[in-house]
Amino acid sequence: MKADSIGVLTGTHYLDGDLAAAEGACTAGCRFFAGYPITPSTEVAERVALRFPLVGGQFIQMEDELASIAAVLGASWGGLKAMTVTSGPGFSLMMENIGLGVMMEVPCVVIDVQRGGPSTGLPTLPSQSDMMQARWGSHGDYEIIALSPNSPQECFDLTIEAFNLSEQWRVPVMLMMDECVGHMTEKVIIPPADEIEIVERRYTKVNPENYLPYAPCDDLVPEIAPLGKGYRFHTTGLTHDFRGYPVMSADVQEECVHRLVNKIRMNVDKIAHVETTDLDDAEVVIVGYGISSRVAIPAIERAKREGIKIGVIRLVTVWPFPEQLIRDLASNVKAFVMPEINYGQVVYEVERCAGGKAETRLVAHGGGWVHDPEVIYQAIREVAK
Amino acid sequence: MTTTEITPQQQEEADQRHPRSLLLRMDRMPHIWCSRCGIGIALGCFAAALEKTGLSADDITVTSGIGCTGRVAGYVKVDSFHTTHGRAIPFAVGLTLARPDLRHVVFSGDGDLISIGGNHFIHAARRNQNLLVICVNNFTYAMTGGQLAPTTPITARATTAPYGSFERPFNLPYLAASAGACYVARWTALHIRRVTDSMTEALQKDGFRFIEILAPCSTIYARRNKLGTGLDLMKYYYESAIIDHKASMRDLDIGFQSRIVVGKFVDEDRPSYGQSMNDHLGKVLGSKFVNPVTGLDGIPKDGGEK
Repeated sequence: MKADSIGVLTGTHYLDGDLAAAEGACTAGCRFFAGYPITPSTEVAERVALRFPLVGGQFIQMEDELASIAAVLGASWGGLKAMTVTSGPGFSLMMENIGLGVMMEVPCVVIDVQRGGPSTGLPTLPSQSDMMQARWGSHGDYEIIALSPNSPQECFDLTIEAFNLSEQWRVPVMLMMDECVGHMTEKVIIPPADEIEIVERRYTKVNPENYLPYAPCDDLVPEIAPLGKGYRFHTTGLTHDFRGYPVMSADVQEECVHRLVNKIRMNVDKIAHVETTDLDDAEVVIVGYGISSRVAIPAIERAKREGIKIGVIRLVTVWPFPEQLIRDLASNVKAFVMPEINYGQVVYEVERCAGGKAETRLVAHGGGWVHDPEVIYQAIREVAK
Repeated sequence: MTTTEITPQQQEEADQRHPRSLLLRMDRMPHIWCSRCGIGIALGCFAAALEKTGLSADDITVTSGIGCTGRVAGYVKVDSFHTTHGRAIPFAVGLTLARPDLRHVVFSGDGDLISIGGNHFIHAARRNQNLLVICVNNFTYAMTGGQLAPTTPITARATTAPYGSFERPFNLPYLAASAGACYVARWTALHIRRVTDSMTEALQKDGFRFIEILAPCSTIYARRNKLGTGLDLMKYYYESAIIDHKASMRDLDIGFQSRIVVGKFVDEDRPSYGQSMNDHLGKVLGSKFVNPVTGLDGIPKDGGEK
């Protein structure tokens, strides 16, 4: 279905990434926001607090991040599209209930505007060092969806995509921004509401007598029941059977967790959103996401001018990781070069999938600023030799 | 030892005869609670109260955290949520704001609500969130084997206080009232009629409502402290509980086997968080204010076909 026009500020705007993400939420139909102030994400909350009373949404500033994500899960079960936003330290606090969201299969969106860490780190400066936390941060075994925008326009677009993916796959979806994208101001075009595709909640049509809350459909995703309509369902963070009842056994654990993993893993092609350029005859492939994919552009252009055959993979969706794409390329290219504002996170996925068939070169950066394109260019030169 | 074989049919008939079978998930019986535990009493009172209010099982939700009482959500046949340790209240805050047409109940233990969830407890009370919070207080972390709780009386023993506790425990009614709860009552598992009445009353009120129920933990707390069985603890309640609705709330501390003051200490009417939000924003924004969409608005009308 199409977006509800009440939340859509159609037109051409000049917004930073944080504000654009807030507009993305209004457009996507998000009508519940619970959050706690933290730099550099606070502007998202501030914009939502300003806008939501005008579009039929509810904003609440909770007592901490633990409460924020818990309230988001509750509101989502209550039938509202719900979101929270945070940065590193708050993201750490949210991890336990992100796991609950995975286990109960709650559609919701968590935005992490990444800043330097560990710990309090660099509150006002960028990093991309929460990428593995997005993937593995909560305990237990699961698959997650995470997107990474590289412009304010994408902060808007991908917030909508994050909501759509979360409704479709019943999983918390992470929007992994960074301070640089969050505070960068650019043109953002918001299309008319009737041009924006929105995925609505998949309420079950099975009657209460026959409804099983965790019996999967063909795509391995179960349907949700509305509250107060006779379903009287139970849901728990414990390992559960199709009825949603806790069962402490290896068999049910296998059934439950394997499906949580497989509903994402078996559907990577439908979920993963990757942009590729000039891969056909590439010798060197730059793999990037978020701000680093953008900072790499001058380096790529310079290398190209100098005759290096260079292809580009931009991971719009970082998780699930598009493994097959890297595997297929690995035999045909010399090397993958990956700039990340960390000392090696997503690059290990590239290296794993390359399987030793091509070199994998990390261009690391400790955080606090973006790469100098010159450094990326030098890395390309070296591996192209 | 011989056991009597019960056929599935006999079991089903027995389940249906259970006076509260309409509210309980009989397919999950037997429950995990020990014999002589007080949680079942609290749950029985809740089922009776729900009946008395005339509310249907489709008018309420129950959310629990982790612990023995945290299992309540798994046994009530309503839309029910068994969440993470300490987070039942903020989870239910999301529920109540998304579905203000329903009544939302948080049913959990003292450790869950007041220790790990303590910050959420005071803030939900301060905001007067539209929640009924039922706290079964057994003075200990029973599910994990009897550790020190924020309610353990001074000198009582726990596995992590093997020489007895020397920490001052929380006085829960005082805490709830000071944080802003608009209804505060304390009873013991012995006071089943009064517990039921309090729950009945509180189920029909708005705002943050808090009921503490002191309940025997026979297996863990009573045994470690050589207090006998659950029955002996009920005798203790009988001998030591004093009903005093007008008691000064700062004097409601509970010592080891001391007297226990019970009663209904607060019963006020104040607008809930949701009401305050809508009233305030409506006043400030006038015609620009759009009433919040609720989860009810998104439910398709054509459900329940298959």
